[in-house]
Amino acid sequence: MRTDRIGGSPNRVGGIGRVTGSQQYVADIRLQDVLEVKLVTLDCARARIISIDTSAAELVPGVRLVMTAAHLPQPVPRFGPQFSDRPIIAVGETKYHGEPVAAVAAETRDAAEEAARLVRVEYEELPAVFTIAAALDPASPLVQDPSLRAGDPLAGTNVLREHRFGWGDVEVAASSADLVVENAYTFPMVTHFAIEPHAFMAAPDGDGIAIWSSIQHPNWLQKIISQILGLPLAKVRVFAPDPGGGFGGKQHTKLEPLVAFMALRTGRPVRLILTLEETFQAVRRTSAEVRVRTGFMSDGTLAFQDVQANYLIGAYADIADRVVSKGSYPAAGPYRVPAVRIVSRSVLSHTTPATAFRGFGNPQVNWAVESNMDEGARALAIDRLEIRLRNLARKGEAFIPVDTPADGDWEQTVRRAAELIGWGTPLQPGRGRGLALGIKSGPTTGLSYATVRLLADGSVIVYAGTSDMGQGARTVFAQIAATELGAPLDWITVVMGDTAVVPYDQQTSASRSTVLMGNAILRACQSIQAQLRTMAARLHGLDEADIVVEGGAVRLPDRELPIIDVLKPGLGRLGGELVGNGEMRKEAEPGHPLGGSAAFYEFNCTAVEAEVDEETGDVTLVRHVTVSDVGKALNPLQVTMQDEGAAIMGLGHTLMEHYIYDERGRIRNLGAIDYRIPTSMDLPLEMLSAMVENADGPGPYGSKGMSEGALLCVAPAVAAAVRDATGVAIRDLPLTPERVWRALRDRSTP
Amino acid sequence: MSEMLQTVPIELTVNGRRRALNVAVHHTLLDVLRDDLELTGTKECCLVGECGACTVSLDGRIVDSCLVLAVEADRAQVTTVEGLAVDGHVSPLQQAFLDKGAVQCGFCIPGQLVAAHALLAERPHPTVPEIQEGLAGNLCRCACYQQIISAVLATAEGTAR
Ligand code: FES
Ligand code: FES
Repeated sequence: MRTDRIGGSPNRVGGIGRVTGSQQYVADIRLQDVLEVKLVTLDCARARIISIDTSAAELVPGVRLVMTAAHLPQPVPRFGPQFSDRPIIAVGETKYHGEPVAAVAAETRDAAEEAARLVRVEYEELPAVFTIAAALDPASPLVQDPSLRAGDPLAGTNVLREHRFGWGDVEVAASSADLVVENAYTFPMVTHFAIEPHAFMAAPDGDGIAIWSSIQHPNWLQKIISQILGLPLAKVRVFAPDPGGGFGGKQHTKLEPLVAFMALRTGRPVRLILTLEETFQAVRRTSAEVRVRTGFMSDGTLAFQDVQANYLIGAYADIADRVVSKGSYPAAGPYRVPAVRIVSRSVLSHTTPATAFRGFGNPQVNWAVESNMDEGARALAIDRLEIRLRNLARKGEAFIPVDTPADGDWEQTVRRAAELIGWGTPLQPGRGRGLALGIKSGPTTGLSYATVRLLADGSVIVYAGTSDMGQGARTVFAQIAATELGAPLDWITVVMGDTAVVPYDQQTSASRSTVLMGNAILRACQSIQAQLRTMAARLHGLDEADIVVEGGAVRLPDRELPIIDVLKPGLGRLGGELVGNGEMRKEAEPGHPLGGSAAFYEFNCTAVEAEVDEETGDVTLVRHVTVSDVGKALNPLQVTMQDEGAAIMGLGHTLMEHYIYDERGRIRNLGAIDYRIPTSMDLPLEMLSAMVENADGPGPYGSKGMSEGALLCVAPAVAAAVRDATGVAIRDLPLTPERVWRALRDRSTP
Repeated sequence: MSEMLQTVPIELTVNGRRRALNVAVHHTLLDVLRDDLELTGTKECCLVGECGACTVSLDGRIVDSCLVLAVEADRAQVTTVEGLAVDGHVSPLQQAFLDKGAVQCGFCIPGQLVAAHALLAERPHPTVPEIQEGLAGNLCRCACYQQIISAVLATAEGTAR
């Protein structure tokens, strides 16, 4: 097999630039005459802005603009992917620690920083809410002005939306269940911590504007800028260089509208590179409190799941309410459950706006529901693997009644993970094992266009609006083109990240790109293959029906030709090229609870063996197994990288990561010193990842999306192993040494 | 104030090339590499010496260039990621990073490579714990740690191509 075709693992396309330092991220691009922007923020969460005095700042040599809300169109435009609630800059009141109240543009970073310090803001700190309990207290202040929520019956509360999903009758099921287990679980507030902090630039561009952003959804950004500035889409050019890690934190528009106005006002290019601290104040995952009541029959069969999930979102919705609905919707897991009731709420607070984050709301409920599965198994004295297998949906089973049926032979995945962890084999003292299943709905709608050009020499250019933020989309797309059009990988260029050049793509999220953009590219290649068939028929006086173009070759009835041998004579003396366009849609389904059924499910089983140090509370993962059903691994090495990367990221919120707020709503562990993410010293002693491939996905060659699965159920698997080792159940994350140590100390004699 | 900043002349040898320049006294080596010399391969993230994205080699020693004032680096030999390839060919370590799948988004990779090169110079045959410890200061949020370790091992064993 050729390694550059589907199923091979060639070197990453774009890899050379990444190992030589020539890859240009937004902050590496130098625009002529660029002004540096620095944000001005307050040292508290919520405050009424009384006045802003910019006079001293404006006197700093090199300062060209000190922008406040007063310089913007009135009322100050608001935007957001779901609700238009976020102002371009704070208006009248700040709503979270770090919300910008002014921004300075200057010739140098030094001047901008100095001037930012000299902006005098007179303000009055106001009472604020930072927790779910406080936000839900009717006596607490409202985070959002009810006038922004006209016609919303919940406008007088801090609940942005309440979502209800389910089927069957939970109360009836409860009356006949043999065992009911009820527990509450909490999931911490964590941040994306992409090593590339968000970076934004804007510049006047003729009669339009150009924006550079480390963004996952350039087309969505283009639409928002076009609406805010009143420009046609064609006059908003978004450059989206490959992000240095996204993980959901770079999906949606953040400070691009602000830099756009600053560029237009100064008539100069401007750039704003956030500090890592500022990224903590820009993006985070929703924290959550989840109460689960699970009913079992005595044989371990599930009778019902009753899930109440409160997710704490930030001061502006961003995409967080969609995180809440889409993440809580499959809360009952990959199981056959006769009765399910899910009530989830997105609760506003005066904190960093929460947004999409790898796993998209699923890890929070998965943590609770999978942990409760273990509780049921223990109470019924059934093996924890066995109870899961007993309830697991079979392929084709409509486990969520109105949604896509189970799209994989999931038992294979679970059994493989159990085998790799040595489930049921003897353990050393002080050690324990845990196993959990994770499921996530793939995209519910989608629209991707691709253009592929087969040039006269047989080389290929692919245009795709996906953002390659590390997942390796460029490589997989090039492999598809190599497989279909026969060019070697180094004869293929994949162009991304420029809305003036690349056709529309809805977004890079929900592990969709291999499936949706992959299919669009496949169709574009197929259109070229059809043109080659016509060409070959003409050249050889054959009937098109007798010609097959496949695997990079043209098959005539009596022989096979390389594509180039048809292309060259077919194009003739002037040369030229063949152009193929492909489109892949997943239409919305009105009436569906999420607006559309799952394009596929990401299904994962994680199993771990852990050792707990009773003296220190330290948890060491002796072995970590992750197995995902990927349909077909188009590039097995990249699948492993994504899987292991997601697994290790999951160890972050499981063992160490969490924001710490003070009573004024300031994040106390802002930045890399006091907020720890996994390093090379925090790895499991052994990590095993495997994949199940049955070519049963909707993507090219039977593939499914797969970049989030391995993160979904890390926490319940690890906590279960800790419990297995120590007898102690911990229902709050992260499992820091201190928390584990305290739980061990408080443990009643086993 | 930017126009009146106090500057000091310094001389650096960066990736074998002598550079004489005037630097602001408070600017870091990272600022000078990225802004004055336009060597943007070295990355900027935490600015407090915790992430390793800005790792360079300074007179053969690994430093976080965000913590070193440019004036302190006067007359030093600096190697950045741009200096690792030889005659336009990537080094065996760089190639091993690609072969083993150690590169995802790539943002941490310049720092990882410089640190790993120095590690191998000091210990041509490191053990896994030595690699883990040697690279503990280089965060990778894509978490290609396993793959980075195998790339370093393969290079040490001479099995990298
Ligand atoms: S930027 Fe220097 S260590 Fe993080
Ligand atoms: S490759 Fe993305 S941070 Fe390391």
